[in-house]
Amino acid sequence: MDFDLMQRVWWFFAEASVATIYISALAIVLGLCLGFTAALASLSRLAVVRWPARAYVSVFRGTPALIQLFLLFFGGLQLGLELTPIQAGIIALGINIGAYMTESIRGAIVAVERGQMEAGRCLGLSHAQTMRRIILPQAARLMVRPLGVNSVALIKGSAIVSTISVTELTYTAHRFISSTYKPFEMFILAAIFYLVIITLFMRLIGWIDARVALED
Amino acid sequence: MNLDFSVVPRMTDLLLWGVAWTIVLSVLSMVLSLILGAVFAVVRVSSIRLLRWPVQGLSWVFMGTPLLLQLYVVYFGLAELGLNLNAFSAGVIALSLHFAVYNADIIRAGIQAIDSGQYQAARSLGVSHVQAMRKVVVPQAMANVAPALGNMMIALLKESALVSAIGVMELTLSAQRAISQTFRPFEFYLAAAALYYLLNLVLQQALRLIERRTTLTR
Repeated sequence: MDFDLMQRVWWFFAEASVATIYISALAIVLGLCLGFTAALASLSRLAVVRWPARAYVSVFRGTPALIQLFLLFFGGLQLGLELTPIQAGIIALGINIGAYMTESIRGAIVAVERGQMEAGRCLGLSHAQTMRRIILPQAARLMVRPLGVNSVALIKGSAIVSTISVTELTYTAHRFISSTYKPFEMFILAAIFYLVIITLFMRLIGWIDARVALED
Repeated sequence: MNLDFSVVPRMTDLLLWGVAWTIVLSVLSMVLSLILGAVFAVVRVSSIRLLRWPVQGLSWVFMGTPLLLQLYVVYFGLAELGLNLNAFSAGVIALSLHFAVYNADIIRAGIQAIDSGQYQAARSLGVSHVQAMRKVVVPQAMANVAPALGNMMIALLKESALVSAIGVMELTLSAQRAISQTFRPFEFYLAAAALYYLLNLVLQQALRLIERRTTLTR
């Protein structure tokens, strides 16, 4: 192990972690928006609303994220959709994780006791009002952990955008390998930064979960 | 819009070759990851710290870093240290280890949920610790956590697309080869996605059958 070299280049990896965090954060926000929309749609009584949401989940969970990314970036280019690699990366990751988040959110909503909806309706609230004021606040507590798990998977999964040359952690490791010919050191360095990001993020999720948990 | 799906059937051989290798690669990694996962799980519930800690460390590292990076370390990184693996073995090793760690977590929870009386009964019948684990506790645990392990196998099938990045000629890379000959990324990535979706459906059906069998025995 060439620790000297690692010491000389680590700052570039720290900068690249910012890119990894930035891409992941935007993709998580996109995923949450899609996830909430699709989760509510998939619980709708109307088949025309329910069906597209279910199809979205099935297709995007049923195919590799890498293929989805290539389809959007290279396939999009062919169809005249000119996205920069970073845009394509964020959109593809967001749409992909959104499908998983849909299931997490839907699961949390379904887990709230049925009686809550019935009670809300009995008190004269509309379906939408009961959903927004009674069900969702209770479901929110339940979805912190599963959404956290989804987000951790996304941060790790964001490494795939290196294949369309977005300069994040994994791509930075590649760049330094081509100038230093030290793959082992460079990948270990990238791994250390991922471990730090993931470990801190899991702490954050644990903290949020503990704060919103009901005392029982 | 210039889409021409008639180019896809012309590359059928190439794509089917890719499908075949994706299946070989995934099934091999699934089997290895389940065996390794069971071993890791047993080690993680053992009372010997010297055994437990390295596996705990391993799972922290494998759960906290991207699979793509792990693939690169096994393929390019180990080559620097003098261990030259071909791309296929590197892919199988990385996939197996990555998913073994997740499987171990699931199986460990399964083992801890098995009534300790099962283990004690086996021991009092004169069965050794290793045998009691292997023949009594782990099989029951595996049956209980079969659905969770099934989800991991589905994830493995999809993640196997990543080994295209180190040059294993599976479905994703064969789609890329077809694209480099025809310059039609959209058509071929869509075809690859459809094939993955199909493989996924087949795997889900197979898992459903296995689950039904494991629950019937109780």
